[in-house]
Amino acid sequence: MEEFLRIITYIVCISAFVGANLAWLGWVERKGAGRLQRRTALKEVGPFGLLQPLADGLKLMSKQLHVPRDADRPLYMLAPVIAMVPMIMTFVVIPFNEGLVPRDFNMGLLVIFAFAALSVLALLLGGWASRNKYALISASRAVSQNIAYEIPMLLTAITVVMATGTMNLTEIVNQQAGTIIKWNFLRLDNSILMPVSFLIFFVCSVAETNRAPFDLGEAESELIAGFHTEYSGMGFGLFMMAEYGYILIGCCFTTILFLGGWHCPFGFYPGIHWFLIKTYFLIWVIVWIRWTFPRVTVWGLLNLSWMYLIPAALFNLILTGAFLKVF
Amino acid sequence: MDRAQVQKELEALAAEGKPAPVPEEKVEVEKEEQASEQEETAPEEEQGKDKNKKKGEEEEEKPRENGVLVLDHRARGAHLDAQLNGDQVVAAAEIMRRAGLSVEAVTGVDWLKENKFEVIYDYALYIAGEDLYRVVVRALIDRDNPDIPTISGVFSGANWHERETWDLLGINFTGHPQLTRFLLPEDADFHPLRKDFKP
Amino acid sequence: MSRLAQSQYHETFDINLGPQHPATHGVLRVKLTMDGEYIVKAEPVLGYIHRMHEKMGENRTWAKFLPNPSRMDYLSAMSYNHGHVALVERAAGIEVPERAEYLRVIMVELNRVQSHLLWFGAFLLDLGGFTPLLYAFDDRERILDLLESVTGSRLTYCYFRFGGVYNDLDDEESFKTGTKEFIARLRSRMPMYHNLVTKNIILRKRLEGIGPVSADMCRRYGATGPVLRGSGVQFDIRKNEPYSAYPDFDFDIPVYEEGDSMARYMVRMDEIEQSMRIIEQALDKLPEGPVKAEKVPKMIKPPKNDYYFAVEAARGTFSLRAVSDGTNTPYRLKIRSPTYSNLSLFEEASKGMLLADALAFMGSLDLVIPEIDR
Repeated sequence: MEEFLRIITYIVCISAFVGANLAWLGWVERKGAGRLQRRTALKEVGPFGLLQPLADGLKLMSKQLHVPRDADRPLYMLAPVIAMVPMIMTFVVIPFNEGLVPRDFNMGLLVIFAFAALSVLALLLGGWASRNKYALISASRAVSQNIAYEIPMLLTAITVVMATGTMNLTEIVNQQAGTIIKWNFLRLDNSILMPVSFLIFFVCSVAETNRAPFDLGEAESELIAGFHTEYSGMGFGLFMMAEYGYILIGCCFTTILFLGGWHCPFGFYPGIHWFLIKTYFLIWVIVWIRWTFPRVTVWGLLNLSWMYLIPAALFNLILTGAFLKVF
Repeated sequence: MDRAQVQKELEALAAEGKPAPVPEEKVEVEKEEQASEQEETAPEEEQGKDKNKKKGEEEEEKPRENGVLVLDHRARGAHLDAQLNGDQVVAAAEIMRRAGLSVEAVTGVDWLKENKFEVIYDYALYIAGEDLYRVVVRALIDRDNPDIPTISGVFSGANWHERETWDLLGINFTGHPQLTRFLLPEDADFHPLRKDFKP
Repeated sequence: MSRLAQSQYHETFDINLGPQHPATHGVLRVKLTMDGEYIVKAEPVLGYIHRMHEKMGENRTWAKFLPNPSRMDYLSAMSYNHGHVALVERAAGIEVPERAEYLRVIMVELNRVQSHLLWFGAFLLDLGGFTPLLYAFDDRERILDLLESVTGSRLTYCYFRFGGVYNDLDDEESFKTGTKEFIARLRSRMPMYHNLVTKNIILRKRLEGIGPVSADMCRRYGATGPVLRGSGVQFDIRKNEPYSAYPDFDFDIPVYEEGDSMARYMVRMDEIEQSMRIIEQALDKLPEGPVKAEKVPKMIKPPKNDYYFAVEAARGTFSLRAVSDGTNTPYRLKIRSPTYSNLSLFEEASKGMLLADALAFMGSLDLVIPEIDR
C-alpha cells in the first residue's frame, strides 16, 4: 500500500514538475531573447507574461490536426509520442535530493542514456512520415548529428563513472558532498582534464537536443522548420515540449554528474534548492548561447564532433585511467 | 585597353555592314540627302540639341546610317555609340570582350512607325585604374521578323537580359539556350512592351 | 563531389526553394536539383513581383514617374530616385544648384548606411544568429527618424525633383546635430559588431571560402557593387564616373581580393564607415542657396534622343536609359537594376555547393527581389 502511494505521489509530482517546466521554459527562452536583444518580450498575457504558455497551449490545442495526404499515418501520429514518452521516463531515475528519486537504479546513468537515445528515433520518424523533402533532409541531418554527439557524451560520462566507481546517480552525487572543490568537474586528482570533460559533456548535451547553434535539424531560414514542418497544432507542440524536456534532462544530468547535484558550493545546507539553482543556471546559459551565435554548417558540426570532441574525450578517458592506476 | 583601337574596330565592322534594304527608286535620292545632312546633324547630335527645330523644314527624319559616333558623356551618358546590322552584334560583342568591357544592359525599343525594333547593348569597362568607358551598340531589325543572334555565348550575363527582352517585346534571339518566359507567367502569350499591345 | 543520376545508387531530386521562404529576401523561387545535400543545378525563377515599371514609364509623363523608382528597390530608394531625376536632368539640360546636390548626397548616403545595416541583420538571420538583426534595426531606426524629419517618408522616398530637392531642411541645426550624434553613436557600435559578429569563429567558418566569385565571372555577368569589389576590382560609379557632388568629397572604396562571401561582407561593413565620412564632410561643407533650379518647365520635353545615366545604389550600378521622342512621356524607359546581374551568376556559381552554403552565398549577394522583377 505504501509503495502504491509512493508511486502515485511520484507520478503526480514528476508529471507536474515536467509539465510546468516544459511550458514555462518557453517563457524563459522568450524573456531571455528579449533581454539579449535589448527589447522587452512577453508583456501582454498575465503579469510579466507568465500566462503566455497557457495561451500558447490553448492555441496549439485548438488547431486542426492535419495529416498530409499520402503521409505514413501511423508513423506520423507516433513520432511526437515517441518524442515525449522516453523523455518523461528518464525522470524516474533523476535524484533531486537525498532520497528524492522515484526509483534508485544501480545503473541510473545507463537508463538515462538509453532513453535519451530514443529521441533520435522520433526525429527520423517525423521527418520520414511527413512525405516532405525538406523534412527528410533535416531528419537525415539530425540523425547524423545525434549519432556524432552521442559518442563523446558517453565517453565523458565513462570518465565520471571511472572516477566515482559507480553508475548509481545518488551515489555519484554523494561522493561530491562538501564544498565546490569536491565537485566532479574540479576533481583534478582523478584526471587533470576534468573541466574539459565537463565542457565536452555540456556541448554535447546542447547538440543532442538540437539546440542552436547546432539546430540544423530545424534550421529555420533554410528548411522552414525542418523535421516538424508538416506538424500543426499539438503535434508541433509535443515536439517543442520534448525539446525543452531534453534540455531539462541534459541540464539535470550535467548537474548531477559534474556540478555536485544538490550540494551547496560552500558546504552547508544542501538541498533540492541547490539542484534547481544549478539546473536553471545551465538552462540560462543554453538560452544565452542560442541567441548569441549563428548556426554552424553541417560539415562544421560533424567535424567538431568527430575531429575534435571524440579524440579529446578518448584522450581524457585514457588519462583518467592512467591517473586512477597511478594515484 | 586601347580606346582608339576599339573605335577603329567598330568602325571597320560598321563599314562592312550593308545598310538596311530600301526600295530601289529611292536609294539615290535618299543617299544624296543623307550625305548633305550628315555634317549638319552630327555636331548637333553631339550637343544633344533639340532636333525638333528642323521639323518645320522637313517632315520625316532620315534613319541613321550604320556608323560610329563619339558622344559627349556628360550630355548623353556614353562615350561611343555604334550602329550596326543585326547580324554583326556578335562580332561587336567579341570586340568588347577582348577589350575587357562588360555588358550592362540589353534594351529593346519598339519603333512602331518605322516598323522596326531597335536592340541597344550597353557596355561598360570595369577595370581598376582605367577611366570609365561606356560603349553603346545598336542594331535595327525588322519588326515582322525580329531575329537577331544572341551574344550569350560571349557574355553569359546577356542570357537573362535577352530572355527578358524576348519576354517583354518579342525579339527573337537566335541561338539562345533558353528563350522561355521570364518575368511574365509561363502561359502568357503576349508581349506587353510593344506599342500596339492592348491589355 | 556529386555523382549524377547515371549511377543506380545515386539519384537527384528536385526541390523548390519556393517563393515563400524565410531566407529569400522577397519572392524568389529557385528550382534546385540536389544530390543529397549538394546542388547539381540551381535555376532561379523570377517574376512573382513583376509590376511592369517600364511600361508605366511609357504611360506616365516624366514627372509622374517620380514615385515609381523607390518602389523598385525600397531599401535603396533614394539612389533610385536620384538616378531617375538625374537622367531627366541630363536629358532636358537642367542645372541643379549646389545646395541641392549636397543635400542629395547626404540623403543618399544615409540611405546607403541604412540599407547595409538591414542587409547585415537579415544576413545574420539567415545564418541563424537572431540577435544582430535587432541591434542593427536599432541603429536603422535612428536613420529613419532623421530621414523622416527631412523627407516625410521612412521607406519609399520621393524627395528629389527635377532640378533639386522637394524641400529644404526645416531646421538645419537640429538636423546637423542629430546626424552627427547618430554618426558618433554608430561609430562607437561598429567595433561591437565586429567583435561579436565578424570575429565569431562560427561565422568565419561559414563565410570564408564560400561562394568564390572571380573578377572574370563578374565581368562576364555584369555584376557590380560589393560583389565586384569583393572580387578585387576597384570600380565604383561614385569614383569612376562621378556625378552629383561626389567629386568634392574624400572617401575610399573598400576592395577585398578574395572573392568569397567574407570579402563581400567586409566590403559592405567598410562601406558603412566610408558613407559616414561622406556625410560628415557634406554636413560641414553644406553651402547656402536655393534647393530648386530656377526655370524648370512644367511639362518636361527632352530633345529627341536617347540618354543614359548610372548611379551607385547600395547593391551596385543602377542605370536608366531613356529614349525620348520629344513629347512629355518617355518613348522607352529601360531600368537596369544591379541585383538582376548579380543574381544571374548564382546559377553558375552554385554548382556543387552545399545547400546551406548556397543560402549563405545568396545572402552575401544582397538580393532585393522587387528590383529584379521591377
